[in-house]
Amino acid sequence: MEHTVTSRARRARTPGLFSRGRPRAWPILSVLIALILALPVLVIFAHVFLPAGDVWLHLRQTLLGEYVRNSLLLVFGVGIGVLVIGIPVAWLVSVCEFPGRRVFQWALMLPLAMPAYIIAYTYTGMLDFTGPVQVLIREITGLGYGQYWFPEIRSLTGAMLMLTLVLYPYVYLLTRAAFLEQSVCVLEVSRTLGSGPYSGFLRVALPLARPAVIAGLTLALMEVLADYGTVAYFGIATFTTGIFRTWYGLADPGAAAQLAAVLLSFVFVLILLERWSRMRARFHHTSSRYSTLPRYRLRGWKAAAAFAACLVPVLLGFLIPAAQLAIWALRTTEQWLTPEFGQLVLNTFYLAALAAVIAVALSLVLAYARRMEGGLITGLAVRVAGMGYAVPGTVIAIGVMLPFAWFDNTLDAFMRTHFGISTGLLLSGTLGALLFAYAVRFLAVSLQTVEAGLGKIKPSMDDAARSLGMRPLATLTRVHLPIMRGTLLTALLLVFVDVLKELPATLILRPFDFNTLAVRAFELAGDERLAESSSAALAIVLVGLLPVILLSLTIERSRPGYKQRSRSQRGRATDEPLALPAGAQAS
Amino acid sequence: MKEHPPNSRHAAEVVLDDVDVGYSGLRVVHAISLELASGQIGCLLGPSGCGKTTLLRAIAGFEGVMRGEIRLNDQTVSRPGFLLPPEKRNVGMVFQDFALFPHLDVTGNIAFGIRRWKRAERDRRVRELLRLIGLSGYERAYPHALSGGQQQRIALARALAPRPQLLLLDEPFSSMDVELRTDLAREVREILRAEGTTGILVTHDQNEAFAFADRIAVLNAGSLCQWDTAYNLYHKPADRFVAGFVGEGTIVPGRVCAEDCVETALGRIHGPLPGHFTEGSAVDVLVRPDDIELDNASGDIPAEVVAKAFRGADFLYTLRLRDGTELLCVAPSHDNYVVSDHVRLRLGFSHLVVFPRGQGGPQGS
Repeated sequence: MEHTVTSRARRARTPGLFSRGRPRAWPILSVLIALILALPVLVIFAHVFLPAGDVWLHLRQTLLGEYVRNSLLLVFGVGIGVLVIGIPVAWLVSVCEFPGRRVFQWALMLPLAMPAYIIAYTYTGMLDFTGPVQVLIREITGLGYGQYWFPEIRSLTGAMLMLTLVLYPYVYLLTRAAFLEQSVCVLEVSRTLGSGPYSGFLRVALPLARPAVIAGLTLALMEVLADYGTVAYFGIATFTTGIFRTWYGLADPGAAAQLAAVLLSFVFVLILLERWSRMRARFHHTSSRYSTLPRYRLRGWKAAAAFAACLVPVLLGFLIPAAQLAIWALRTTEQWLTPEFGQLVLNTFYLAALAAVIAVALSLVLAYARRMEGGLITGLAVRVAGMGYAVPGTVIAIGVMLPFAWFDNTLDAFMRTHFGISTGLLLSGTLGALLFAYAVRFLAVSLQTVEAGLGKIKPSMDDAARSLGMRPLATLTRVHLPIMRGTLLTALLLVFVDVLKELPATLILRPFDFNTLAVRAFELAGDERLAESSSAALAIVLVGLLPVILLSLTIERSRPGYKQRSRSQRGRATDEPLALPAGAQAS
Repeated sequence: MKEHPPNSRHAAEVVLDDVDVGYSGLRVVHAISLELASGQIGCLLGPSGCGKTTLLRAIAGFEGVMRGEIRLNDQTVSRPGFLLPPEKRNVGMVFQDFALFPHLDVTGNIAFGIRRWKRAERDRRVRELLRLIGLSGYERAYPHALSGGQQQRIALARALAPRPQLLLLDEPFSSMDVELRTDLAREVREILRAEGTTGILVTHDQNEAFAFADRIAVLNAGSLCQWDTAYNLYHKPADRFVAGFVGEGTIVPGRVCAEDCVETALGRIHGPLPGHFTEGSAVDVLVRPDDIELDNASGDIPAEVVAKAFRGADFLYTLRLRDGTELLCVAPSHDNYVVSDHVRLRLGFSHLVVFPRGQGGPQGS
């Protein structure tokens, strides 16, 4: 139609920062934001080209090999783990019918609320020598210390297990979405051609879902590379722990940055893989006719097996650790029901809310600039600004710290020589540095949500407002913002929760004596005070449930064939396509 | 935007002077020149992709011009390198999808463009418009609770509220039932007349154009074919495209045999020829269905019925002559012939529409 021709043509309209010699505010603003947000990553990359110092040479001769090996083993092990769990359960709940399927549909997402470092020390507490499991074994068998074999949870294998348990939902979510999107026709065709449920799965459904599976896998693996809490707690030497060690132990920022650059190149491979798989996913749409999938009804032992297969990940990945946390928290109420804990919660919420507002505001500017201009430059700016979701918190923290410290030192030296005053540390070690790091890391989360929300507002709305005398900014505040109130709330919530869980960047960048729930839980657990740390951990998990609930509601509604109850009405709180909580684990 | 332009109460005279519009180097419409007198209602008519919406968006100020000039009441609003932004043009626009603001009720939507007016004045204007569009009592309704026709009228009222000097309508009836379209077009025309606003409608439906407009621009592939009244488009089409696009008809090849005569398969057709044709030159003659009368008693051209379509008051017959030429013919529905019946025809030309042959072959519908 002519209409689409027009809007497509409009997207390709002369991009640029200047229009007939006059600067154009929106694209310039978006490029500025993108440049500032790209600073940490650029700083890290710049270190690739710096001459290597002694510490780096030392690292390369001794520890680098171990970092690489452990990180790769972890990626490999968790990769297999999340596929083995994620794909079958996704297939079961989307194509088969068995008791409990409806509950599992959303329950399988629950582990998303559980940060990896929390599940790691919860299981450690449960499985170590004095924990309930081994005590029970000793009571039953009468054996004593050293007389029986028990697996060591604080090991590389243990870390793989822990990460798998909380990361499989990425594969589950995207694969299930792909299965649900598959037109019923192809599956029915395969049935008429004699494929049963298993061969239909292997020969039709799985190949069609492959891009989605790979996308989910790469997201999970980015989290693995970003993980600091779990491997630090288990004492495994990986890139992230190595960066910490080099930064604090060896006090060599340059070497830490170079280590971060190597880690970043690993991440980059994953980004490319994800991009590629998403690009391919577009070609895997078969037809646009949807109807409710007729499910294979499972009975007898098959139903029981399906039930068990879905129950185990939920049980291990959420229910058992959450219950253990709750038990610990209830046992130690007198220790944490204190004003200090209240202050801690307030601190954390304040920080997370501030970061969320910043991220959403920046996202709005970027998304709106792109909507209005649609040129190459704004598109690139949006892409660059959204890159942070793949960059580990440790890397971002170093990337923020180095330029800020340089700025502080330079300014201080300048002021001292010329004016005799010391400005001290203006940027580093402040909440500002931390908030900046959060913006870099989590902007993609809000940006994706805001862009999806804006995309739902027809371009004719903008034209209508402008023909009625509104300038672009007025159009944004009087038309777009009210319409996408629900989207904005969603974006705020997602960033809020991600910041709440964030550990490594907070550890490095927090102001002296400033604690968040995540930092507190991690420090107490590191001191083997597991029970005491449980209250903070439980708080994180409970708040973390919010986006999971939101996500499951959204999926339910976005499903083809979902009845559009009161959708066009004013309360649009949750019917926006949710950004996948990239960086949800953020450990 | 704080002040209304002094001429805001006057309907605009619209002038397009040799205008090219396009994006990133690609010209979508070119060399468009037309003038619409103040208070008149014009229409841009053409098939999908002919550039009519692009031209409308250029008049509204959403697109700049690459060449030429657009003037509203002698004020240049677009020329290369200059674009008065849409919010400063005092031009109202009704969109194809209405684009009502879902977060505002009917009053909020209509008052959107006049929020700076004094409250009493604003309320009066909203009430007045609601009365005009026949939707009094719907002040507090939200767009999603209204029918398509009601939404369409709200969109119209919203665009009219700031008393624009020019109202643009982008296929506003395309989502309506076909039976309703011409009625709505006529209704909107009355509303525009009542408001005394100049109006321009974009459509691909000629019935809508005929019901709505004083003057119609027929566009094809980015060019203006003819800017004329509906009567002239039908009876004096400027080229083959207009002849084929507006109304029904068949192109019949012929040869000029005298100053006022063309020899065709139908025999000699007499009438004044438009323009100058040398004797013996090959031409195409446009034969409208009402140029032929079905008359078995006194007709002298034999033909066979190939197809017929019942249209209520009359039939549209497709007839084949001896030599295979096919023609359309309208006949009152009480003469009911069946397919393969043999009939006789009589010519009833009041004037001739003739194009020189060899301009890309005969066209027609």
